[in-house]
Amino acid sequence: MSRIETQARRDALIEAAFKPATLLAAVTVLVVLAGIVVGLVHGAWPALVRFQWRFLTTATWNPVTEVFGALAPLYGTLVTSTIAMLIAVPVAFGIAIFLTETCPRELRAPIGTAIELLAAIPSIVYGIWGLFVLAPILQHHVQPWLIGHPGKWPVIGKLFAGPPFGIGILTAGLVLAIMVLPFIAAVVRDVFLTVPRSLKEAAYGIGATRWEVIRDVVIPYTRGGAVGGIMIGLGRALGETMAVTFVVGNAYRISASLMAPGTTISAAIANEFTEAVGDLYTSSLIALGLLLFVITFTVIALARLILMRLERRSGRRT
Amino acid sequence: MTHGLRIRKVGNLVAMALSGLATCIGLGILAAILWTLLSRGVAGLSWSVFVESTPAPGSHGGLANAIFGSLLMTALGTLIGAPIGILAGTYLSEYGRDGRLATVVRFINDVLLSAPSILIGLFVYTIVVATMGHFSALAGAIALSIIVIPVTVRTGEDMLRLVPVELREGSAALGAQSWRTITGVVYPAARNGLLTGILLAVARISGETAPLLFTALNNQFFTHRLDRPMANLPVVIFQYAMSPYEDWQQLAWTGALLITAFILVLSVVARLIARFSAGSGTQAG
Repeated sequence: MSRIETQARRDALIEAAFKPATLLAAVTVLVVLAGIVVGLVHGAWPALVRFQWRFLTTATWNPVTEVFGALAPLYGTLVTSTIAMLIAVPVAFGIAIFLTETCPRELRAPIGTAIELLAAIPSIVYGIWGLFVLAPILQHHVQPWLIGHPGKWPVIGKLFAGPPFGIGILTAGLVLAIMVLPFIAAVVRDVFLTVPRSLKEAAYGIGATRWEVIRDVVIPYTRGGAVGGIMIGLGRALGETMAVTFVVGNAYRISASLMAPGTTISAAIANEFTEAVGDLYTSSLIALGLLLFVITFTVIALARLILMRLERRSGRRT
Repeated sequence: MTHGLRIRKVGNLVAMALSGLATCIGLGILAAILWTLLSRGVAGLSWSVFVESTPAPGSHGGLANAIFGSLLMTALGTLIGAPIGILAGTYLSEYGRDGRLATVVRFINDVLLSAPSILIGLFVYTIVVATMGHFSALAGAIALSIIVIPVTVRTGEDMLRLVPVELREGSAALGAQSWRTITGVVYPAARNGLLTGILLAVARISGETAPLLFTALNNQFFTHRLDRPMANLPVVIFQYAMSPYEDWQQLAWTGALLITAFILVLSVVARLIARFSAGSGTQAG
């Protein structure tokens, strides 16, 4: 057989194998996600069988009596993420507006990059920064004021009751806000840039101010994309682990005060998983993981569906 | 100026000032974090950090075993994850395109991209650690590779799609088979973009802590065995920062400084490569 024939045969073999290889890699993505679901359900099974629906409604987490309920960490996860979104969303919109409208053109790229770098800092760095820098500031300056003023008001006073620990639900929410801020700002900036020039110029043409153009043209036009970006940020906040573990206080309790220590699903898993003794304990922690998966999957999937539909509409990926 | 117009102008000024303030908050936090890292981390920076292993409380030591472990597991995770990710990106861009399977893969990949990394740690614990019976560096690398895959799939597909279709047609017109077109024409044309994606993936995993907690765990001693627990910077930082010992906390700050500097340099380099290739890359299209 000539060299050319050998070469041709080899090429044909590679040609036959190349597409299946790429297909296999693509299917790996599906297999990994399916594996995560199966792995979590399998690991959580003993706890789910034992506690059933009570797992979601029990606030007790007692390794000694082997009674485990997800209510306290679930509460902590939802409350810290809510605080984070309440703070991060307005600031992120401010940054996006600044970067697309107000900022001098030469400064847009460097400031945009700086905000993106904030997203690159690993969560553990936010964690130690929150514990050693932010928490003492809150403890000595912010929380005493909160206790002294809004803490004395009727109804909402309960949110700011108790001693200033420094660490706790409020601090965790603040650190989360800082962490998700760059993600939301980046997505919102990108969707703001998709607004057709002609729409904005038409509004300017009839005498609208910059703020009116943003409020009445840019934001309505980009509503879907912005919601998608916010939900991506929410998905991150719900599942963030290390930054929260440092500052949340790791206490299994549900208190009305935002300044009290609490815990979240991810912090509970991070703290206890390697030390858990007994199958039911380990299984209960994996059940917490399954719960976290269900919550974040729902949020992220909804966000992606919204963004995907928009991409199809505008013909580009955001 | 009428009263109404004045109110509108003041409203506009207030809104624009607030947007500037929001940006100052973001930049201020970045500056505050970097300043804290520098001021606390540099104090502990010495030669022994790079050559000595993590100490017992009260004795002298460094981070050598953790730095080695982090580099090794990051490299392994990238070596496992990046080829799979780029091949999958190739499928989405070159073969699957707008087909049903490609749409599903793209969607699931985007979900995986934002999935909490602690769940990936739990998953690898159940399939690798529980099966092998002990924590290991290999399990850590696998957990990291699962984070690399969605990042490289996404950037891989995006970068390959930027390659003008005329290049592929030109290659096909010369009689090249599709694998030759892809490996000989499309990959080289997208080289910088693919490299950017891989660098961003490395930046992403080198600071990941949660997936390593239940997989690589930690090791007080220097080891190069993949089937043993292995020290790594993020877990050491976590453990030492939470400890009551001051010399451990100092090492945690130094470690945090090293990791952040590494990641920021990588991110900036990745962006420079992307910008460079956007400026001088393929003109057709």
